[in-house]
Amino acid sequence: MTAALNELRTQVIWTRLISIVEEQAQTLMRTAFSTTVRDAGDLSAALFDLQGRLIAEAVTGTPGHVNSMAAGVRHFLAKFPVATMAEGDHFITNDPWLTAGHLHDVTVLSPAFHQGRIVGLFGVCCHQVDIGGLGQGPDGRSVFEEGLQIPLMKLASRGVLNQDLLDILCLNVRTPLQVRGDVLSYISSNESAARRLSAMLAEFRLEDLASVADYIVDRSLAATRAEIAKLPQGSWTSSLTIDGYDHPITLRARLTIEGERILVDYQGTDACVPRGINVVLNYCRAYTIFGLRCVISPEVPNNYGALLPFEVVAPEGSIVNVQRPWPVAARHVIGQMLPDLVFGCLSQAIPDRVPAEGSSCLWSVQLRGRQPAGEPQAGDSFDAIFFNSGGSGARPRQDGLSGTAFPSGVRAMPVEITENSAPIVIWRKELLTDSGGIGERRGGLGQRVEVAMRDGSAFEVLAMFERVDHPAQGRDGGGDGSQGSVRLASGKAMQAKGLQQIPAGDRLILDIPGGAGLGAATSRAADLVARDVEEGFVSAEAAARFYGSGVG
Amino acid sequence: MTSTTDRGPSTPKGARIGADIGGTFTDIVLEVGDRRHSTKLLTTYDAPERALLDGVRLLLDEAGVAPAEVSLVVHGTTLATNALIERRGVPTALLTTEGFRDVLALGSESRFDQYDIGMEKPQPLVPRRLRVGVAERMDARGQVLVPLDGDAVRAAAAQWREQGIRSVAIAFLHSYANDSHERRAAEILAAEMPGVSLSLSSEVSPEMREYERFSTTVANAYVQPLVDAYLHRLDDKLKAMGFGCPLYLMLSSGGLTTVEAAARYPVRLVESGPAGGAIFAASVAAERGVGQVVALDVGGTTAKICLINDGMPQTSQVFEVGRAHRFRKGSGLPLRIPVVEMVEIGAGGGSIASVDNAGRLAVGPHSAGSEPGPAAYGRGGTRPTVTDADITLGRIDPSRFAGGKVTLNAGASHDALAALGIWDGKAETLAIGVSEIVDETMASAARVHAVEQGMTLDDRSLIAFGGAAPLHAARFAEKLGIREVIIPSGAGVGSAIGFLRAPVSYEMARSLTLRLDQLDLDRLNSLLDGMTAEARALVEAGAPGAAQVERRTCLARYKGQGYEIPFEIPARTLVPEDVDLLRAAFETAYRTQYGGVTLDLPIEALIWRVTVGSPAWKPKDRAVVTATRDVEVTQRRPVIDPDSGVALSFALVRREAMRPGDRVQGPALITERETTTVVSPRFDAWMDANGYLILTRREEG
Repeated sequence: MTAALNELRTQVIWTRLISIVEEQAQTLMRTAFSTTVRDAGDLSAALFDLQGRLIAEAVTGTPGHVNSMAAGVRHFLAKFPVATMAEGDHFITNDPWLTAGHLHDVTVLSPAFHQGRIVGLFGVCCHQVDIGGLGQGPDGRSVFEEGLQIPLMKLASRGVLNQDLLDILCLNVRTPLQVRGDVLSYISSNESAARRLSAMLAEFRLEDLASVADYIVDRSLAATRAEIAKLPQGSWTSSLTIDGYDHPITLRARLTIEGERILVDYQGTDACVPRGINVVLNYCRAYTIFGLRCVISPEVPNNYGALLPFEVVAPEGSIVNVQRPWPVAARHVIGQMLPDLVFGCLSQAIPDRVPAEGSSCLWSVQLRGRQPAGEPQAGDSFDAIFFNSGGSGARPRQDGLSGTAFPSGVRAMPVEITENSAPIVIWRKELLTDSGGIGERRGGLGQRVEVAMRDGSAFEVLAMFERVDHPAQGRDGGGDGSQGSVRLASGKAMQAKGLQQIPAGDRLILDIPGGAGLGAATSRAADLVARDVEEGFVSAEAAARFYGSGVG
Repeated sequence: MTSTTDRGPSTPKGARIGADIGGTFTDIVLEVGDRRHSTKLLTTYDAPERALLDGVRLLLDEAGVAPAEVSLVVHGTTLATNALIERRGVPTALLTTEGFRDVLALGSESRFDQYDIGMEKPQPLVPRRLRVGVAERMDARGQVLVPLDGDAVRAAAAQWREQGIRSVAIAFLHSYANDSHERRAAEILAAEMPGVSLSLSSEVSPEMREYERFSTTVANAYVQPLVDAYLHRLDDKLKAMGFGCPLYLMLSSGGLTTVEAAARYPVRLVESGPAGGAIFAASVAAERGVGQVVALDVGGTTAKICLINDGMPQTSQVFEVGRAHRFRKGSGLPLRIPVVEMVEIGAGGGSIASVDNAGRLAVGPHSAGSEPGPAAYGRGGTRPTVTDADITLGRIDPSRFAGGKVTLNAGASHDALAALGIWDGKAETLAIGVSEIVDETMASAARVHAVEQGMTLDDRSLIAFGGAAPLHAARFAEKLGIREVIIPSGAGVGSAIGFLRAPVSYEMARSLTLRLDQLDLDRLNSLLDGMTAEARALVEAGAPGAAQVERRTCLARYKGQGYEIPFEIPARTLVPEDVDLLRAAFETAYRTQYGGVTLDLPIEALIWRVTVGSPAWKPKDRAVVTATRDVEVTQRRPVIDPDSGVALSFALVRREAMRPGDRVQGPALITERETTTVVSPRFDAWMDANGYLILTRREEG
């Protein structure tokens, strides 16, 4: 076979591998119990080669998971060398420092065999709604309070489940049947992917993946380097101050473009805090590189080669490289801000390709209350969670997206589903006029959410909201996005973080922040201003005041 | 434009007409006894009925049949679909629950493309200023939390009258559980805005999940006046021509309905053409006596893949219209309607090949369409397409393409491929690459689609139709391990033929959440019986006196899961002893779908469906024919085989020259006027009693 034909065949196999991991992700979503996995798609699924290199990732999934898992697989292989793995083995951990940064993310890695030989490893990483402990809020003082820690260990050995582990797991969580169902679904999705892989190797008359993996890594590395080489060389710094748990936190980054590599150094970033918003280095890397790849090399499929030219370092003990046993449960609050910080650096190098800051941190509303009197299970406690997104930052040639999850990409649950699974009423979920930062390109709009118990009884919120004191910053003359707000309908302001009570008869009101604007508002096209006023995205007063528009 | 006649497989009494108006062509089929006449005309956008009536006249003349002798006219149209995609509906407003006017804009709040910073969400059909919230609220159990503010509805009506609104969607939260507020609001609007079209979410799509329900209701409202006017105009003109038979409309679900029902819920028509294709494939499967099928329809710009199980095209409850972004899921408007489940991807004869910045050869989703078309057409297209690759591989004879109507320039194909610039610019290698990538893309789509449906592709037959499918079907089958490929005749007008094979049917769905171990049987039976009565009345109106077949389906999941799976339940009054039967049916369906173990968790039923239809189409009995005669091969040509990458000597056979029982050993090309069937070296072909080509995988030696 000629070299060109061989290459062609390798490309066909590459397409096939991406389809196999997508099947893996879809199987997972369809069999999972956690709303976070099944409804929100808060998961990742991927294939690794025997060196632990990420070869293919599913289209469905979140950046925080996949890139964290990409870094974590080597830990599995260090403890359980490939040569010792047998068919039917499955490995598990939720160690935040080895994989995705908090205990709620459980990773299962399974060897895939072909003709009796190990040829690759399939991994899934999923967000469990419950892992015991305090729940997924920032209130823990150390990782010990945040739930059950599962060290890197065998979940199954030669097809036999580790019943001891499952017993410990089931006793430590509030919803044991669901958690058990989830863990079993991770195994079956990895197993079905392994069967597909073996069938594919047979079809292409290959013994293993080695040459294909090399090709994928080399190609992706070369393509990424070529994109980096087009960028201006140099070093740029930026900083971002966010609310933090009870005091503001400043994140600092220096981005260096040097030849075919990019280095991000978080030197100067504030120290970690005794509340669960700290970020482990794996997760910090995951979102940093995601932000870079969105701008620099979005077309290159995500894998080891595509990630390699990006280096991320952070001082030990800083809030983006926290050490054991500091608490980490709500690490997304800071992790999801990292693309904005990276954009701040990149915008100085390539201003015409970089969006402004957005609301960025997902507003995950976690409520706890009691089933209403006179109904089945009256008095039992319940937990409900639903996701809400604010506005994304204005983009170089487009306005920001309203009520859209960037960078997380997770889906919101339907209101009707949420109200069917918990005795709450979401009274409002509506875009907020004037919440998008003004500018030639306007920031995306945030939204207002109002929620209460169906019977008006008291309930609690595990708040972990951001950009309440520190809005998304505009760029090049664009305005800031609106700040977030957490309050009661009766008027009292509430904290943006921590467990708090909403009294009987009251409602919780959340204003989810807007994205920032880009460029001077006075440069915005008049027809866009007129449309914004007509649609109620911008009030007539704001149009007149900021855009110099007489409409309205 | 053209008209062909061939032997049809079925002989019902009287003449029957199927008419499929698509985006480019209007296909008409007339069946008279055992004969089939068909024609393809360009669609007349300004008045779609013109091409339809012209084609009908043409075929009636050709067959010597008078309109009064026609016993059935079945019509499918993309009118509603195009109006939705091109935003050409009537001025429409949305009346909704206060606090929820932005449900359509928020959607799922997610991004369908993780890395694309420039992505845009689908724009709602109704702009924000026309989406008005009024005070009212139901809870999830259908109990009133806030009464409807009638004055607010009147105020909205006054504003909309000023604004020239012709159609209003009424969509309140939890109206699937209690529709009284929607109905009251409709009464007020009908009084305040005489003549306005009203679409209620509790009628159009009475199911949980507000984004999908609101989106469906708004889409219905947006096209209702257009479709209503068109259908009645067409009906009148047919009557004026002397037709005495009823006019039926093809539904997205694969069933037929009356003009009145179609005009009321036009959103159910959006996938009528593809549904006709699926019914066509199912009828071919019935003729062949195979139950488990993958249907592949490849045209110029897209490929559609549908699974047929036990002879029935798979159906689903959600469809996305107008996927803008590389056919990505989430980039279109969701419609919750009964629809033949299929995956559509940007892969067809006109799909353009390119090299991405990772040096990978990519094919589609952009298409050169028919204008400018592939480079070989010489109409200004310079970018290489799948058709150019097929020509370069030697699969298409340039002098006989499209019956000789289009002269192909093989040199232009060669040059366009070489210009891709990789692999030393070797056009033949690149042609293999384009063919392999497009086949792999289609195979991947089929595989992921099967997983999403909880199905497998093992042991299925492939039925391939549409202009480009026979060229790629064998390789597609090889990639999926499929051992039998069926290439029916009449494949160019498959949808219109499918219309004539469809039952008159109606499907209804309602949300009612019940745990299987705590069934409220009185409530459930009364819900199901009510649905049955409504569906039976609609079918009786369409097929008076015909026998009716009823199926009931439950969608359930383990409590705590996010996706329901369907399973059939008895179509009769349920009794307490049925609970075990329902649980067992669910567990069987679950195991089939996901393999794995059944779980010790409560089972929760969410949605109940009733389908009533006239009996399914039955193929005519034919003498069994087996492959007995080898066709004499007088011509051969070199064709490159993508599996080995080398040119082999392919036998060249004309399909018209083959008779039932004739057999051709692969590798071979079987040519016909509209397309060519590639019989790869791993397949043999023969013609069955219906005139279909059957490709069978040779046992590995």
